[in-house]
Amino acid sequence: MTANLRRRKLFSRVFEVLCALAVVVALIPLAMILFYVIKEGAGALNWDFFTKMPKPVGETGGGMANAIVGTLILIGIAALFAIPVGGICGVHLAEYPETKFSSAVRFAADVLNGVPSIVVGIFAYGLVVLPVKRFSALAGGVALGFLMVPIVVRTTEELLRLVPGGLREGALALGATRSRAVFSVIVPAALPGILTGILVALARVAGETAPLLFTALGNRFWSTSLTQPIASLTVQVYTYAQSPYDDWHRQAWAGAFLLVMIILTLSIAARLAVRRLERMNRP
Amino acid sequence: MRRSSDDRSFRLGTGAFAALVLLLVLGIAFELTRQSMLSIAKFGLKFWTTSTWNPVSGDFGALPFIWGTLYSSILALLIATPIALGIAIFISELSPRLLRQPLAYLTDLLAAIPSIVYGLWGVFVLVPFVRKLEVATPDALKKIPLFNGPPLGVGMLAAALILAVMVIPFTSSVAREILKNVPSTQREAAYALGATRWEAIKVAIGFGKSGIIGAVMLGFGRALGETIAVTMVIGNSPQVTASLFKPQYTMAAVIANEFTEAADELYLHALIEIGLLLFIITVAVNIISRLLIWSMKRRVVAPIAAPIVPAEEALA
Repeated sequence: MTANLRRRKLFSRVFEVLCALAVVVALIPLAMILFYVIKEGAGALNWDFFTKMPKPVGETGGGMANAIVGTLILIGIAALFAIPVGGICGVHLAEYPETKFSSAVRFAADVLNGVPSIVVGIFAYGLVVLPVKRFSALAGGVALGFLMVPIVVRTTEELLRLVPGGLREGALALGATRSRAVFSVIVPAALPGILTGILVALARVAGETAPLLFTALGNRFWSTSLTQPIASLTVQVYTYAQSPYDDWHRQAWAGAFLLVMIILTLSIAARLAVRRLERMNRP
Repeated sequence: MRRSSDDRSFRLGTGAFAALVLLLVLGIAFELTRQSMLSIAKFGLKFWTTSTWNPVSGDFGALPFIWGTLYSSILALLIATPIALGIAIFISELSPRLLRQPLAYLTDLLAAIPSIVYGLWGVFVLVPFVRKLEVATPDALKKIPLFNGPPLGVGMLAAALILAVMVIPFTSSVAREILKNVPSTQREAAYALGATRWEAIKVAIGFGKSGIIGAVMLGFGRALGETIAVTMVIGNSPQVTASLFKPQYTMAAVIANEFTEAADELYLHALIEIGLLLFIITVAVNIISRLLIWSMKRRVVAPIAAPIVPAEEALA
C-alpha cells in the first residue's frame, strides 16, 4: 500500500466515523426530550388531569379537561373540511399525475406545507375573527384545517400510488368507469393507510400552538361553543410553561407527555400501514 | 358515450377540489396584503430598515425582528446542516441494512415532536444549561462582541440550538431521499476507478448537489417560520446585535406575542405586514428548494411527476 492510498483510506475512515457521530449527536436531544417528557410528565398525569377544570391562580390541583375537549373540538372542525378537500384533491393528483394542473397543485401543496403555521393563523384570523370581531373555536378549527389540507393531499396521493396497478386495470377491464374504479377499488385498497395518514395529520395539527393564539385564543373555563374562545392543550401548556407556579409547570409537562404519546402511537400505526401496503405491492 | 362523460365529470369534480389548494395559497397572499395596507402605505420601505417599535406613538420599524429571524435561522443552519447531511449519508450509504429503517424512523421522529414540547424542554432544560455555559465563559472571551452579554440563558444561542435540532430531520430526510435517487452506477464507477468509500460518496453527493442544496434550503424555510419554541427561549427583546448571549426577537415571535394586544388598526396592520414578509420569504425559499430537488430527481427518473415528498416523510 502506498503512503498516498493509506492516507486516503484513513481520511475515508475518519469521515465515516464523523457521519456515525452525527447520528448520535441528533439522537441525544431526541432521547433527552423523551426522557424529560416521560420523567416530568408521566408522574404528573393523573385522573384529575383528564376530568378536572383548571383551578384559579394560586391553588394547586385541577386538570385540563376543558383543554382536552377543546383540542378535540378544534381538530374535529379541521377534519370536517380538510379531509374531504385534501382527500379528493389527493385522488385527483394520483389519477392525473402528469397534467400541468396537477403539477401546479402538487407544487402549491408542498409550498403550503412550508408556510409557517403562524402565517396560516393570520389568514384564519382575517377570514373568521375579523368580520365578527370575536375569537372563536371556529376560527381555530379553520386555521388547523388549512394546515391539514396539504398533509392530507400528499398522504392520500402517495398512498393511492402504492396500490398495485393490476387492481385498477382489472376494474377498468371489467367495464368500470373511472370514478367507479377509483372509489370502489383503488381507494378502498389504500384506505387503512389513508386513514392512519389522516390520523397522523390530525395529531400533527393537534400539536400546533402558534396559529391558535389569536384564533381560538384559549379559555380558562368550560366552553364547547363554536363562536366563543376555546381552550386547547397546546395553548394551555404554553401559558402554564410561562407562569411562575410549580404546579402549573407540572401540568404543562403532563400536557406535553399526552401530546407526545398521541403522536408516537399514531406515527407507529401509520408506519405499519404503509409497510402493509408496500408488501401488497410486491410482485 | 356515457362512460366518457362520467370520466369527464369525475375529472372536473375532483379537479375543483384540487383547485381549492391553489386558491388557498393565493387567498393567503391576498388577505395578508389587504390586512397590512395601512402599515404599507404609512411606512413604505422604511418599515424594513428602522428599529423603532412603539405601539403608543404608532411608529413601527421591523428591522430587529428581521435581524433576529435571519440570524437565528442562519446560525441554526450552520449547526444543523453538517449533522443532517452526516445522518443522511450514514443512513443511505454506510449503515448496516438492519439499522437503516430504525434510524430513519428515529430521526424523522424529531420532526413529529410538537413545537410546544421543544419549547417546554427549552425553557426548563436547555436554557438553564445555556446559562451555565454563559456563566462559565471566561471574561477574556466575553470581550468579543459574539459572546458579549449577561448570562441570562434565554437568548440567541438557546434559540439557535433549539432551531437546529428542529431543522435536522427535515434536511436529513430529503437529503436521504436524494442520495437514494443517485444511480448506483455513479458509485460503482467511482469504486471501479479505485476510489475509497468517502471518494465514492463524494461522487454521489456531487451528482445530487442541487437536490442537497434544496434539502438545506427546506430546513432554512422551516427555521424562518418556527414560532413557539423560539418565542419561549429567545428572550423577546428587539435589538440588532451579533451577540449570541443577548436576548433578541424574531418576526414570528413578535406576531405570536403581540397580536392579541394590537388594539388599534395600524398596530395590527404592522404585525400582519411582518407576517406577509414572512410568507413571501418562506414561499420563495420553498419554491427554490422544491425546484432544486425536483430538477435533481428529473435527471434520474424519467420525467414523470415524481413525488417530491416520500410517503414515509409525509407520515412521519
